[in-house]
Amino acid sequence: MFDLHGYGPSILEGTLLTLEVSLLSLAIAMMLGILGALAKLSPSKPLQLFAQTYTTIIRGIPDLVLMLLVFFGGQVFINQVALAVGYEDYVDINPFMAGVSTIGFIFGAYMTETFRGAILAVPRGQIEAAYAYGMTRVQMFIRILLPQMVRHAIPGFGNNWLVMVKTTALVSIIGLDDMVRKAALAAGATRMPFTFYVVVAINYLIITSISVTALKWLEDRYSLGVIKA
Amino acid sequence: MDFSIILENIGIYFEGLRTTLILVSTSLLLGLMIAIPLAVLRTSKNYLIQAPIRAFVYFFRGTPLLVQMFIIYYGFGQFEAIKASFVWFFFKEAWFCALFAFTLNTAAYTTEIIRGSIEATPHGEVEAARAAGMSRLLMLRRIVLPSAFRRALPQYSNEIIFMLHGSSLASVITIVDITGAARIINSRFYSPYEAFLTAAAFYMTLTFITVFLLKKLEGRWFAHLRPQTTSNAPKKV
Repeated sequence: MFDLHGYGPSILEGTLLTLEVSLLSLAIAMMLGILGALAKLSPSKPLQLFAQTYTTIIRGIPDLVLMLLVFFGGQVFINQVALAVGYEDYVDINPFMAGVSTIGFIFGAYMTETFRGAILAVPRGQIEAAYAYGMTRVQMFIRILLPQMVRHAIPGFGNNWLVMVKTTALVSIIGLDDMVRKAALAAGATRMPFTFYVVVAINYLIITSISVTALKWLEDRYSLGVIKA
Repeated sequence: MDFSIILENIGIYFEGLRTTLILVSTSLLLGLMIAIPLAVLRTSKNYLIQAPIRAFVYFFRGTPLLVQMFIIYYGFGQFEAIKASFVWFFFKEAWFCALFAFTLNTAAYTTEIIRGSIEATPHGEVEAARAAGMSRLLMLRRIVLPSAFRRALPQYSNEIIFMLHGSSLASVITIVDITGAARIINSRFYSPYEAFLTAAAFYMTLTFITVFLLKKLEGRWFAHLRPQTTSNAPKKV
């Protein structure tokens, strides 16, 4: 359908990198999300305030600005630290690390909101019953809360994932060889920007479509015990 | 950190602020104007009307805004036919391309939001309108759309914030918006903290003002849903 002038494998490589960035960021985001949600729901005021500040700040700043801040700012910061400890050479910041950590950090805030809602959706009685059985907090979380909150978390989680996959396109701006940048390089060499960007767009559509199907399956699976109206 | 660089060059940021505001408000307005008819048509049962709108929404919601912008800004130049025609006058301008991409993007998202709230119209409202003898168009104008807008407002507020943040991508194709201003300052003085933290502060202020105004609007539009309180009503525990 498209004549890619031999740049097909290069785009495919970029697609794999896009997936890699997405999945790693997802892992970070989920960890931060769980921690953030637990902090927001904890009785400790400082923890609540901390989590609240985190989510508010993240939602007020565009992804791109944060990413540029981490990438360029991190560069300066690391070199200042390196100089302070007596390291004379120039340290380069890894765009992969900068991209993954920024995206993970941003979506951790969105996951916090999703997980908080999901935890609140689990009936209080379940948690009280768990404690009445003498479970510790960790046991209660793993055995009672987690399995039941998954069902409520999936729709929000799926949304965040889809937005996140698309956000990974930004890493091309800080020089990471994801599929958008691979396409840009190929477009420059062949003078066929339209073809290559459309191919990339189709790749994103494939990823999102597969995700939607998988999420639907997951949601059905975790709702087996629920009678639908 | 040395914020005196920023203070001396604050003018660039305010110019960027102007560009951001113009880009965002224009694309939101045009996008909404496209989205309303599309959302109404999308609820049609005729598949031939529905399918192209579905395809439009599917494409623009399923791909990154950055890629859409690149397709329009870099991609359209690949075709001699476009370059030869009068539309090239517009598409050779980065500014127009960004506006074009933003408008279609927000139109797709908004179509989906409004469609959802049109389909959630309580059946009784439609029935009552029909019983009162309204034509389809009159019913749409007086009953369905006003109630759908009200239901769509919380989600549309989110879309506005997303668009505000998404507009920072314009800086990638040479436009000097707030982010673009920060990138200029960063490359001129090599001061990433000051440059990008200032941009972040600008965006945060804009976000909070927008959220505050939208909350006020929500309060007005949902005034009839507020629980009625009397002074001696028992407090809910």
